[in-house]
Amino acid sequence: MKFSEAWLRTLADTELDTDALAHLLTMAGLEVEAVEPAAPAFSRVVVAEILSAERHPNADRLQVCRVSVGEGEPLQIVCGAPNARAGLKTACALVGAKLPEFEIQEARVRGVESFGMLCSAKELGLSDAAEGILELPADAPVGQDFRAWRRLDDRLVTLKLTPNRGDCLSVLGIAREVAALSGARLQHVDCSPVATESPDTFPVTVDAPESCPRYCGRVLRGIDAAARTPAWMAERLERSGVRSIHPVVDVTNYVLLELGQPMHGFDLARLEGGIRVRMGRAGERLELLNGETIELAADTLAIADASGPLALAGVMGGAASAVTEATRDIFLESAHFAPAAIAGRARRYGLGTDSSHRFERGVDFDLPRHALERATRLILEICGGRAGPVTEVAGAALRAPTIAYRPERARRLLGLDLGDAEQAAILGRLGMDVGSTGEGLRVTPPSFRFDIVREVDLVEEVARVHGYERIPIVPPRGEARLLPVAETERGQGEVKQLLAARGYQEIVTYSFIAADLDADFRAEGARLPLLNPIASQMDSMRGSLLPGLVQALRHNLNHGQERLRLFEAGRCFVAADIDAQPVRLAGLAHGTAAPEQWGEPAREADFYDVKNDVEALLFPQAASFEAATHPALHPGRSARIALAGHPVGWLGTLHPRLAQKYGFAHPPILFELDWPAVAGREAPRYSGLSRFPAVRRDIAVVVEAGLAVGGMLEALRQHLPATVVDLSLFDVYQGQGVEPGKKSLAFSMLLQDTQKTLTDAEIEAAVGQVVRHLADKFDAVLRA
Amino acid sequence: MSTLDEILKEAESAFAAVSTLPALDQVKARFIGKSGLITEQMKGLATLAPEERKAAGARINQVKDQVEALLRDRREAIQADLLSRQLKAEALDVTLPGRGEAMGGLHPVTRTMERIQELFASIGFGVADGPEIETDFYNFTALNIPEDHPARAMHDTFYLEHGGLLRTHTSPVQVHYMQRHQPPIRIIAPGRVYRCDSDVTHTPMFHQVEGLWVDEHANFAELKGLLADFMQRFFEREAMPVRFRPSFFPFTEPSAEMDIGCVICEGKGCRVCSHTGWLEVLGCGMVHPNVFGHVGIDPERYQGFAFGLGVERLAMLRYGVDDLRLFFENDLRFLKQFA
Repeated sequence: MKFSEAWLRTLADTELDTDALAHLLTMAGLEVEAVEPAAPAFSRVVVAEILSAERHPNADRLQVCRVSVGEGEPLQIVCGAPNARAGLKTACALVGAKLPEFEIQEARVRGVESFGMLCSAKELGLSDAAEGILELPADAPVGQDFRAWRRLDDRLVTLKLTPNRGDCLSVLGIAREVAALSGARLQHVDCSPVATESPDTFPVTVDAPESCPRYCGRVLRGIDAAARTPAWMAERLERSGVRSIHPVVDVTNYVLLELGQPMHGFDLARLEGGIRVRMGRAGERLELLNGETIELAADTLAIADASGPLALAGVMGGAASAVTEATRDIFLESAHFAPAAIAGRARRYGLGTDSSHRFERGVDFDLPRHALERATRLILEICGGRAGPVTEVAGAALRAPTIAYRPERARRLLGLDLGDAEQAAILGRLGMDVGSTGEGLRVTPPSFRFDIVREVDLVEEVARVHGYERIPIVPPRGEARLLPVAETERGQGEVKQLLAARGYQEIVTYSFIAADLDADFRAEGARLPLLNPIASQMDSMRGSLLPGLVQALRHNLNHGQERLRLFEAGRCFVAADIDAQPVRLAGLAHGTAAPEQWGEPAREADFYDVKNDVEALLFPQAASFEAATHPALHPGRSARIALAGHPVGWLGTLHPRLAQKYGFAHPPILFELDWPAVAGREAPRYSGLSRFPAVRRDIAVVVEAGLAVGGMLEALRQHLPATVVDLSLFDVYQGQGVEPGKKSLAFSMLLQDTQKTLTDAEIEAAVGQVVRHLADKFDAVLRA
Repeated sequence: MSTLDEILKEAESAFAAVSTLPALDQVKARFIGKSGLITEQMKGLATLAPEERKAAGARINQVKDQVEALLRDRREAIQADLLSRQLKAEALDVTLPGRGEAMGGLHPVTRTMERIQELFASIGFGVADGPEIETDFYNFTALNIPEDHPARAMHDTFYLEHGGLLRTHTSPVQVHYMQRHQPPIRIIAPGRVYRCDSDVTHTPMFHQVEGLWVDEHANFAELKGLLADFMQRFFEREAMPVRFRPSFFPFTEPSAEMDIGCVICEGKGCRVCSHTGWLEVLGCGMVHPNVFGHVGIDPERYQGFAFGLGVERLAMLRYGVDDLRLFFENDLRFLKQFA
């Protein structure tokens, strides 16, 4: 909402200066977004009249004017504007005037003396464009200070209104607030009935009383087609950002800004039969004022006549029945449309108008008739004509709710000690009707405060007008209970720090990605497309964190980074259900195993480097890795990760096909884990220490080259003799000494008993048992 | 006697002439060993008269002690020399860089969220979570946002083709949580939110931290107290000016916007605060009775407040980041500055 400060002060003048007024409004919830001067500073510019204009003796395009500036002798001024002519009233900057861009001095222009300058709108900073000097109306007072005459010391105030305060979408509404907040007197706007001079009416039928509870209209005949909008009105419209079009349209716009009532003027000559307020019918078409043609639907409220729809109710008028230069008789509409009937309609048609903006938020249901009288009075003043009587069709009476209000409730909610009487007084200042019941107050809000329907709405009003800054600042009180801390769960911070300590940098990528990227990496579920994506490369909810990592890798490679360790934690979207949005943790490694350094030969990071990172993440849980295929991973270099038999994620090298597609010479290694698997861990449990010596024995066996060692180790560990407390793999070898197609595996075993020192025989027996198990289950042959 | 003096002199020069321990041992044998010169002298005592023997023996022992002392000194000297040479040989250039993995780091949004969580946890706020693909009910209806509220417009909300929408705020977590828990409630809910908006100051995804405190007496004065305290602690400024302005959110009433004195210009007025000296940092208010109604909490018995913080906004102000979009470009040159 943008308005002129001077206009506001005509309705509620306060002693507060502009800054204080802006602060008052902002702190009352009507946030002042901007205050700008109506015109830049300039001085010594007066209204002037050109008495004569003759061609400059030495220049074809210049004229030498004699200019009256009121008192004193006329001035001689050289002017280059083609529209400078005798009899024109314009603005004249006197010698010594300071204009926004320059100062005026006595000058000699091509040999002719000039004592001032005739000004264009641009030179005064009133507009960006200039076509010649200003043309002022014939009644402009010559000699008067131009700034004062045009009231340019005004400021334009822009409010950022919250959607509940539709009542402040008018200068009167803001004035009411200023009056309630500052105690300034609210001035009366003359809405008294005008004398009717014509018996003419136009029939009105309302078929949709729910949507249009009140419709007022009247006929005005014989308006002067040549009438012009007065300067003061055009100026107020302009300062609210509304262009002056036609006196009748200007008046309806003016009343909309002044009182907040959207209105519409129809050309009576183009109406047939009578006005009918009804729902649209399928297939009906209407050409709007903006030139667009729309199709009505069964839930669109229309203003129609016998020939069909005339206007989109509460949104925009139609082209066919619009008031034009030729219009002599008009039908003026001032109606109340229910918010529910208008809300969403304008948006559906891609139209947002001042009218729909107000009706969507709610307009004072008692206002239509007052506004109609106000507009009639202004039209008669400006365009003449004869007004007919008001036709009003009203359905069930609209009434503001009566609300039971407990001042104690406000004190309890606000933590503010404010007495009953003070609260009642605040509500009274806001135009509420306040009565007392035995237990509290009975409050009826004024018709313009349709946002007030329940007790808590009144609590907010009391707090707001009393001032939020006067509510004390108090530390909250609560029960001092410790938060539960599950030892079996690690926090995100702990896990992320672990990865950071292993060289990984966290990234945060958008949850929506391009459809083909999603397809490349999605291992489960179907694509989840957005209905209204912000861009086509962000039209699908991600099914995996991997594509985001790959894109970040691409971005950073392009910026000269070669070695990257990246990770991200966040939700992935398998389906739209609440339970199908798993939180995951994923990582990526690219480049050398270690950062570039001086001491050791460099090598590329490989699967096993990243596997170690994954194992560290899951530690002390022992994960199993099983060869499996994933759409985005190299089929021979990818593993499904499981904990206690449950799949929890993936590890692998990016598929060469995708590495090529996304332009990686060296494919990155990726992992992705379900968050609960990473976060979970068992609380430790002490199992005793042996006081007897431990013995190490190594064995080497030869097996088929294709045998998966991970599964073998797992199986082996499950069948170890009780005295073998640890077993680990320390060598994998293929080559000389080992038959082709086979590989040699070397294990070390740690043997220990909790009760005694093991004898050689016991040790040999235990090792023998392991060797036999290897032979039986894996065809392993003990190496000599 | 002069022979003994000569032996001593000879030992002195012989020891000095060698520089390794094995060589010293060899030389030692010439004087003290079984057939060494000192031993020979001892054997010669037998030829002396008994009355001379005692004095001569004492003299030989004295020289022997002196030779052994010379030997010990020389041995220590050689050992010291050896050690010093070893140390010299083993000396490193300690200024060479260390080797091994470099440190990674957390994203500034994470860092900021952790800081926010830590502060609220210190007075007993637990952490709650919720889905990011939401239903109309949780994102709007249950939060008292009626059917045609501007916030539901396609302009703001991302919808999925097959139903559902991306939550536009973390407030739905309030609803999920209150459906499952009765007061007293004290939680924060950090997470991603989505708005269909993208320009210099908006990204289509950003992070919020929702806060909710419900019991039988939590009031607006306490809401002010908590948030004023939080801002001071978050920015580590003791006297941070704050103000609360009336505002409107369908799910709270009374509602407020909270401003803090501009942390960039200290309230003097700058580009960041649009020359007002104030920065809008969060929205908050008392939980609307309709919201309690949707989750089955008695609004006559219980009351409480809720607030929503913009994480990126706080991170930008805290760390002096001047472009929101940097948070999601994932450029390492940016991210590494928050290690």
